[in-house]
Amino acid sequence: MEKRVRFKSAWLPWALIAPQMAIVLVFFFWPAAQALYQSVLQQDAFGTSIEYVGALNFQRLWDDASYLETFKITAFFSAVVALGGIALSLLLAVFSDRIARGATFYRTLLILPYAVAPAVVGVLWIFLFAPPMGVVSYALQSLGLEWDHLLNPDHAIALIIMAAIWKQVSYNFLFFVAGLQSIPKSLIEAAAIDGARPWRRFWTIQFPLLSPTTFFLLVINVVYAFFDTFAIIDATTHGGPGKSTATLVYKVYYDGFKALDMGGSAAQSVVLMVIVIALTVVQFRYVEKKVQY
Amino acid sequence: MKFKPYALASGVLALALSGNAHAQVEIQWWHAMGGALGEWVNDLAKDFNASQKDYKIVPTFKGTYDESMTAAIAAFRAGNAPHILQVFEVGTATMMASKGAIVPVGQVMTEGGQKFDPSVYVPAVAGYYTAPNGQMLSFPFNSSTTVFYYNKDAFKAAGLDTDKVPSTWPEVALAAAKLKASGHKCPFTTSWMSWTQLESFSTWHNTLFATQNNGFGGTSARLAFNSPLHLRHIENLANMAKQGLFVYKGRANAPDANFVSGECAMYTGSSGLYANLKRNAKFNYAISTLPYYPDVPGAPQNTVIGGASLWVMSGKKPAEYKGVAAFFNYLSKPEVAAASHQRTGYLPVTKASYELTEKSGFYKQNPGTDVAVTQMIRKTTEKSRGVRLGNFVQIRTIVDEELEQVWNGKKAPKEALETAIKRGNEQLERFEKAGKS
Repeated sequence: MEKRVRFKSAWLPWALIAPQMAIVLVFFFWPAAQALYQSVLQQDAFGTSIEYVGALNFQRLWDDASYLETFKITAFFSAVVALGGIALSLLLAVFSDRIARGATFYRTLLILPYAVAPAVVGVLWIFLFAPPMGVVSYALQSLGLEWDHLLNPDHAIALIIMAAIWKQVSYNFLFFVAGLQSIPKSLIEAAAIDGARPWRRFWTIQFPLLSPTTFFLLVINVVYAFFDTFAIIDATTHGGPGKSTATLVYKVYYDGFKALDMGGSAAQSVVLMVIVIALTVVQFRYVEKKVQY
Repeated sequence: MKFKPYALASGVLALALSGNAHAQVEIQWWHAMGGALGEWVNDLAKDFNASQKDYKIVPTFKGTYDESMTAAIAAFRAGNAPHILQVFEVGTATMMASKGAIVPVGQVMTEGGQKFDPSVYVPAVAGYYTAPNGQMLSFPFNSSTTVFYYNKDAFKAAGLDTDKVPSTWPEVALAAAKLKASGHKCPFTTSWMSWTQLESFSTWHNTLFATQNNGFGGTSARLAFNSPLHLRHIENLANMAKQGLFVYKGRANAPDANFVSGECAMYTGSSGLYANLKRNAKFNYAISTLPYYPDVPGAPQNTVIGGASLWVMSGKKPAEYKGVAAFFNYLSKPEVAAASHQRTGYLPVTKASYELTEKSGFYKQNPGTDVAVTQMIRKTTEKSRGVRLGNFVQIRTIVDEELEQVWNGKKAPKEALETAIKRGNEQLERFEKAGKS
């Protein structure tokens, strides 16, 4: 049986999606078109002299050996942040789902970080890890580990990964909790009566039934790691030491807003846009096949 | 509380009268001074507004130097730039190249009907903001330079003579070793790596940081900080880092906090740190000149300026420019400029304000506050006039990135300096090309 609603009017459906289309046009297509346009221009900071330079800005990226290095850092950073963030929040959600008393209290606490601005997140983590006085770095020191994210690249990347995951855990957690609650209790009870242990119930019932949520979060988290993390990096490591925490989006921000190289920055955001579009297509084309709705 | 009804009433009155009485001209001033310095900027505007009736300066804090510059650029593109914009010294070449966006200060002053004599300003400061044709392009507002600070209490605890300043780099290393031996965790650190350890270091030793007289000769300048002297200094610092005598504390002025909190004992940084130090340091400190290598002929010469200047943006009404000129004239008054210098630790803007400060006995009462001035007021050479390069923000970041790999032992000093020069020169080539087109 056909479930689809059919509109008799010709204009009504268009009118109904118009607000949404307007938002997408203004907030996505227009800036994206601007980025494309600016990426073929070279201009001074104030835009008083603008020159068409074709693919020169892209050529410069291609010739820059450190740009390739930035790709590797970004790939590593994004993979760890997206997968780590999802895994951690799934774990928290499953645990909080099993709590009988005070669940709302724990959930509220877990959702709180989402209300913190990314730059503030960066500063908070800097406080914790500032050598030698930060609470965590002090504790690490007494365990014999000299924490120094200013000079040790491994420490620096670990720091921004932790901060980025911490920021996103709440968001993921919220969706997982909702997802878990929508799984009928009867299914789990039936499995329990059949003698399935919690671990098995999770893997064979809850996890597969959560797959739409997990897939959605995968897409969102990849986009988050690629685009939304520059404020954290700017507040903690500034891309250092060397270039070891300079991700693609941080470089876009730095070249555009600090170095005032609009053309170069626009070219990089076009590259970034292409990557994220490609990744999203891959996710919908291949990963989504494993999702059961 | 008492003033409020009065202020309100006068506000209403002003509104009512604004139809026929001539209204105050508002002048927007975007700046990047936070904390103690932000209060200083607000006081300047308040005092100027109280001193006359025609103009009203409205200062707005727009974040850090680069944030306020970005904000002004966005505003300019949208057609509502402020009248006055504070731009840090590394943005100078960018501003100079943006010819349509700014009005030279010399022109604003003469057209605004103010008596304007560029020779009253301290040459080493004003020279930096002057075009090759002799026209002053921006108003030297808060110029700082690099100085050396040390914590007297830490010196005492380490058994060092608190009054004997380590004035050369070998002496700094010796003092650092003693501090370390006494259990000090951070004997020496620095802020603004490129500014203090390469730019000021170069002029202090009368050596070029970049060709074409550090960029003053034209945009074909290329970086030159791979001389044996530069290499020797970076190797020296790398050795100190290895022994824990020099501890790296981050980029820009982030390490200010490490000195002000007492964590680090010796420090090279901006003379503008004085206001903060005076208010927050809980230990005895002293200010001195930058260390140098005593065997280098011509050293010590003079240091380079930092800080910022005020630029006048284009496209405003003549009456508003008149107000800007009146405000700059006010800031140049000896007593105003002297008070600013004494309050902040920034350099005196005019020679008269320096003399006034000296006469008042301020330097005697606050030992060390004259260090920045004496470092700057010397006669400069072609090599030491300052460093003015295009894409300077990127070049400083490149220096940070490369030298961080020296401090963590991943790169040899020579390799790092060569790479920094190669990468920096790409920026300079690009700036040169953009200027020609």
